[in-house]
Amino acid sequence: MTAAPAGGTKPAVEIDGVSVRFGEFLAVRDVRVEIAAGTFFSFLGPSGCGKTTLLRAISGFVAPAAGEIRIGGKPMTGLGPNKRPTALVFQNLALFPLMTVAENIAFALEMRGVGRAARRKRADELLELIALPGQGDRMCHELSGGQRQRVAIARALAAEPQVLLLDEPLSALDLKLRQHMRSELRAIQQRVGITFIYITHDQGEALTMSDKVAVMRDGRIEQVAAGKTLYDSPASAFVASFVGENNLFRGRVSAVAEGYATVATDVGPLRAACQADGGLREGEAAFVFVRPEALRLATDDMAGVDNVLRATETAREFEGRFWHVFLEVGESRQRATAAQVHGGAGPAEPGRQLRVGFMAEWAVALPAGPLAAE
Amino acid sequence: MASSWLRALLARYGAGVGACVLALAGFWILLLILLPQLAMVDFSFRHNLPPAAQGGPQDVYTLEHYRYLVYGSGQDGGFNTVDLLVFGRTLLAALLVTVADLAICYPIAYLLAQSAHGGWARLMVLALVVPFWVNEILRAFAFRILFGASGVLNDVLLGLGLVAEPVDFIRTDVALYGGLAYAFVLLMVFPLYNALESLDRSQVEAARDMGASVFATHRRVVIPFAKPGISAGCTMVFMLSAGALAAPQILGGPSSLWFTQLVYQWFNTGNNWPRGAAYAIVLLLSTLLLVLLAMRLFKVRLAQLGR
Repeated sequence: MTAAPAGGTKPAVEIDGVSVRFGEFLAVRDVRVEIAAGTFFSFLGPSGCGKTTLLRAISGFVAPAAGEIRIGGKPMTGLGPNKRPTALVFQNLALFPLMTVAENIAFALEMRGVGRAARRKRADELLELIALPGQGDRMCHELSGGQRQRVAIARALAAEPQVLLLDEPLSALDLKLRQHMRSELRAIQQRVGITFIYITHDQGEALTMSDKVAVMRDGRIEQVAAGKTLYDSPASAFVASFVGENNLFRGRVSAVAEGYATVATDVGPLRAACQADGGLREGEAAFVFVRPEALRLATDDMAGVDNVLRATETAREFEGRFWHVFLEVGESRQRATAAQVHGGAGPAEPGRQLRVGFMAEWAVALPAGPLAAE
Repeated sequence: MASSWLRALLARYGAGVGACVLALAGFWILLLILLPQLAMVDFSFRHNLPPAAQGGPQDVYTLEHYRYLVYGSGQDGGFNTVDLLVFGRTLLAALLVTVADLAICYPIAYLLAQSAHGGWARLMVLALVVPFWVNEILRAFAFRILFGASGVLNDVLLGLGLVAEPVDFIRTDVALYGGLAYAFVLLMVFPLYNALESLDRSQVEAARDMGASVFATHRRVVIPFAKPGISAGCTMVFMLSAGALAAPQILGGPSSLWFTQLVYQWFNTGNNWPRGAAYAIVLLLSTLLLVLLAMRLFKVRLAQLGR
């Protein structure tokens, strides 16, 4: 534990036991997380999970009821948003409508008393960075949605913050533009090299852009990990059900040994991977999660596969790259979906009797707990 | 442009109703606003003749009344310093009242529009509106009681030992300026509120986040946004206080006249309608000119006032 973490840098932001209270309501509950300098960090959660409140606490618009936020090692308690080394990109962008693009971008510099020529020069540099060269004299309403988006980011960057905070800035854009802006944002972050903290309810955004993601529920952090870890080894039933699609089988633990658990479910005993300290106890309620793409469909007995169940195909939907096959599994006819690669699934045959199987290492057993709302 | 909105009007309401609306608006503008004013303009260029001589050979157009405002009766060749001084003082005082109202109402309107929630805001609006159920004359006399030599304010000041003898708020025109500012508070608050209400709160937060002080946030973000509302409010307050009559009549000191009082005197006691009309028109045109000048200075377009 003495070795420095990869990158070897101090955390840019330390959130140390922070709670935020609105009257009787605890919006953020004892959140502890360290965000490494120069990384792209996301807070992911459904609406109302407290992620925006936490962001506003970092930027200084709300004061925590307990705990401390440190940026670059310095405590931020008592400092207003205008005194913090953070800059916020608002959900609705909040560009100033009566100023030109360049005036918007250079606003932070104007507030610091930087001269007109120097401001203009910096604005032009930032316009270059966001690939909008020569657009400084236009008004914001003359730009497209994606361009305004980038101007808002440039305006925040002009403040030369140690940390850039982004509050779901892509939510107002249409799907194509949103996907384009994801890679754009990531590229900007890597060019400027400062810490980005990104708030979103869209797991696609969080997983594609972030170095690390914190999944939040009811004001608490459920798991902090890289996107791939969240997807492959969720730490709680909530994370498993919130991040990506998952098939859920409810049951009780019948045995736990060497990283695998056997759970007695309605469809029969299922073997699934579990963490050593995953909190599973024999006899207690547990969930087994299996990703649709981990399910294999066949008509034979699937020798060598850990879990094999009888199933009936009820319908299928064409998704482009794959088919969504809807199944009823086992005696209890529990619903499940399997993703089958396009071309490999054969023609649709509703009512077809088949077998569905998955390997234990592709499934996750977790203690029963709250799930993400559908 | 003009014909397109006319066609849109007729298309929406049909020929019958559309024509009716146009006729009513025309009647309002022409008969109730334009014609009486034009009659006054006509008056102002005529000699003050007894009814018998009107329409006779003496009834010719003249600049006599305008000349009188500037030069007086003209015996000594000097200026009509008394009236001109009153004129200048009125405009200056109206400007002062406008600035005072803006200073009072901007924070109120900002709080109402941006911070106060539901119940609070409604209560504040009610508190602003209710005093205006009391009629103007009564309010002016109430101010006289408040500011009089043995008034409430003097009683308090004497009681606290802040002053040795009563302050004459009437003679020093404090009561008058206070009364005028109070009378037009609503006319300032509502246009300001209207403009500020549509300001997105995240803009204020964005300015703060970019390191702006409270003052800089208002100077660079809030005030430019509220400019149309500020101009509308200032225009109304300035025009109306320059043209006020009841408050100066009741609250003005014995030695200080308001220009409207001169107009009133010429019409009423002086029995010289043409001269009164000339004075009134000078007041109207000067205030209008000042407003247009101020709008040019602050780069406000006339169309923005209607918003």
